[in-house]
Amino acid sequence: MNETLDTSTTPPAAVKETLLKQILNPRIVQKGAFFLLLLATLLVIVPVGMIVVIIVAKGAPAISWEFLSAMPSRGMRAGGIFPAIIGSIYLVGATIVFAIPVGVFSAIYLVEYAGNTLLTRMVKLAIINLAGVPSIVYGLFGLGLFVIFLGFGPSILAGALTLAIMILPIIITTSKEALDAVPKSFREASLALGASKWQTIRHVVLPNALPGILTGIILGISRAAGETAPILFTVAAFYLPRLPTSVFDQVMVLPYHLFVVSTQIPNIEQSYTYGTALVLVGMVLVTNLAAILLRSKYRKKL
Amino acid sequence: MSKIVARELNAWYDKKCAVKSLSIEINKNEILGIIGPANSGKTTFLRCLNRLNDLEPHFRIEGNVLIDGRDIYAKGADVDALRKRVGMVFALPLPLPMSIYENIVYGPRRQGISARQKLDGIVENSLKEAYLWDEVKDRLDMPAMKLSGGQQQRLCIARALAVEPEIILFDEPSSGLDPISTAKVEEAMLKLKEKYTIVLVTNHTKQAARVSDRVAFFLMGELVEIAPTARMFTNPRDPRTEGYISGKFG
Amino acid sequence: MRKKITEFIIEKIIILCGVISIVFVALIFFFLLKEGLSLFTTYPAGKFILGSHWYPVSEPPKFGIISLIAGSLWVTLGAIIISVPIGIASAIYISEIAPRKVRDILKSGIEMLAAIPSVVIGFVGITTLVPLVKNVFGLPTGLTALSGSVMLAFMAVPTIVSIAEDAFYSIPKRYKEAALALGATHWQTIWRVLIRAAFPGIVAASMLGIGRVIGETMAVMMITGNMARIPHSFFDPVRTLTATIAAEMGETVRGSDHYFALFAIGIVLFIITFLINLIADIYINKELK
Repeated sequence: MNETLDTSTTPPAAVKETLLKQILNPRIVQKGAFFLLLLATLLVIVPVGMIVVIIVAKGAPAISWEFLSAMPSRGMRAGGIFPAIIGSIYLVGATIVFAIPVGVFSAIYLVEYAGNTLLTRMVKLAIINLAGVPSIVYGLFGLGLFVIFLGFGPSILAGALTLAIMILPIIITTSKEALDAVPKSFREASLALGASKWQTIRHVVLPNALPGILTGIILGISRAAGETAPILFTVAAFYLPRLPTSVFDQVMVLPYHLFVVSTQIPNIEQSYTYGTALVLVGMVLVTNLAAILLRSKYRKKL
Repeated sequence: MSKIVARELNAWYDKKCAVKSLSIEINKNEILGIIGPANSGKTTFLRCLNRLNDLEPHFRIEGNVLIDGRDIYAKGADVDALRKRVGMVFALPLPLPMSIYENIVYGPRRQGISARQKLDGIVENSLKEAYLWDEVKDRLDMPAMKLSGGQQQRLCIARALAVEPEIILFDEPSSGLDPISTAKVEEAMLKLKEKYTIVLVTNHTKQAARVSDRVAFFLMGELVEIAPTARMFTNPRDPRTEGYISGKFG
Repeated sequence: MRKKITEFIIEKIIILCGVISIVFVALIFFFLLKEGLSLFTTYPAGKFILGSHWYPVSEPPKFGIISLIAGSLWVTLGAIIISVPIGIASAIYISEIAPRKVRDILKSGIEMLAAIPSVVIGFVGITTLVPLVKNVFGLPTGLTALSGSVMLAFMAVPTIVSIAEDAFYSIPKRYKEAALALGATHWQTIWRVLIRAAFPGIVAASMLGIGRVIGETMAVMMITGNMARIPHSFFDPVRTLTATIAAEMGETVRGSDHYFALFAIGIVLFIITFLINLIADIYINKELK
């Protein structure tokens, strides 16, 4: 399309161009500009690829059954990262148990119940604000409320609640988008058949919004699995070579473990740290990929 | 006794008045056709009868609507129960994204009916009443969206019948249909009035002439004239009605 | 009847969940204030905000956060100088120029970048960028504001790209068609029409990018050297507000001035990010109009 436009006439806008640009053919300017834009994009994409490639290349040799299933030994310089993997899974599991119902109901409130009132505007502002609060501030908050004030101590419970509040905005905004996309006519059809409001939500709105809501939940999981700052003072253990027995236990967690082995342990073998990074990145990217696939499939269906 | 009575009904969307001091009585087991140009308040009035307008954020209403002598806008009135009694068929066929079978039993299930045998019976009866049974009886598990437009609309009629309403509201039910499908929907309507009270909003004056017992003419939110069908089309009393029917405006 | 009761209860739960975000924001602010303001009963607020020395364990301790604010500003400034032009350019490329298939790939790549945990970014920074900076510039250490800025720019780019891309995407098609119909080239249309139309969105994207960078903790703590001194160039090690909390909270005694001081830093961070988000939100709404 551009080709035909470019060759047709001299653009009137070019008259106003500076002398240098008057000499230059607008087509050449355009080529140069597009090249720079492409370059900028590559400057983002190529390093992303490189980061992933480096982590995979250097981390893969460390991955073995023992690495994944054994306790760490020799001051975390050898052995495996089993407790950190399990800790992460427990923590993320507990997080979504709190975050899903609250997040989804919250979105339902905004889409189905809230009118255009001051309260609704405040809720929306609060969600934007929650999304912008730095993760370390969540850590402080979790420490203040859950660990100290409510007396949970550093524990899975305290960490999961902190993370749950942190990922709420993600779940709420994606779920809200999904609920908004359900046609109003579906709701009317259901209500006209004598179904109540909640029955309509439960049997018509939610099933149709489910893929979108799931995408949000998965993105939330991925975020919770990778965060370190909020769990520093609320749950993460420096070294704890056993598995938790209750929600009041501390656990080792993968991202914090990576922080520890890459900054706090001198003379550690590089493959060990890269291996840890690979497991963490793998977990996060695989969940993320699932969300992307789910969403693209869902969009095609619509 | 009249099945539906509206008294001095006023309705607004925000500040825009959609229905003005409207009083009308609709008899049991009749088909009342409502005609009038676009934006004359026909659909608004229809949606007042099952309180579907409640969903609009800035909708307000004054006056009374009585069904069997009870004010449906009274405080504490059960809206869900009302909508079960007053079924509705929308302008565009609106099957829910599920199978034919599930579309029909959607209403009954919400009322707590879950016995398979009973549901099967409901599906068969309502599809027969809507003249759709023979066309779909072998493929009830097919997604309802795959039916043709006319079939979808009759499915929507069957779905409305499945909750055993007393009144059925038709909101321009054939606006998206071809003449043959329209004929089938009209055939169903004529049969249905034996059991139900029907209010039909339509843009096709001829459709109103074909199926209604009485016809009401709405203009700019007001009821201009209501009369038995034959008289309405042969000898309208109001010049505006005559103008509309003879195609001078609208 | 039972149906009605269930309905009633569920409705109340939904409304409760609806307003819970407000409760959480209020709780966060309350707990930050409760702990943070305790500092000022023993330590003057003026010295906290304007003092340039952060010596939490000296005798008497000094809790001046100017050097930390300076650290955050340097790193943020550097990251923004890098990420805003690159981010906006990528957004233009992705939304206006790239063919559909390429666009999907690029978008997935950027989403992937957004998903990489900050601790991993920090780790990659330590192992690759930090030695590079040290050798190229002949510095005593590669743990500098510059290294931090570069890595943080990476973390800001996905935010900037996605918001800016939305802004370009939501420009009415007729603007573009009108410009093209007047004979402007595709690039002239982008440069003279689209960038102007998307300007509020671009500002919002940049603000949210800044918010992301200022709040970032782990990567910054791992690569900026953590020296609580006012930096004079990008080649100095710095310490940010966030890194200070993360690095020191573990060693404080609960209820000590040091502990309260870290919460007070939390208040400062909360207020800064709140304002940034507010500005971004204003610009996003402007765009909608």
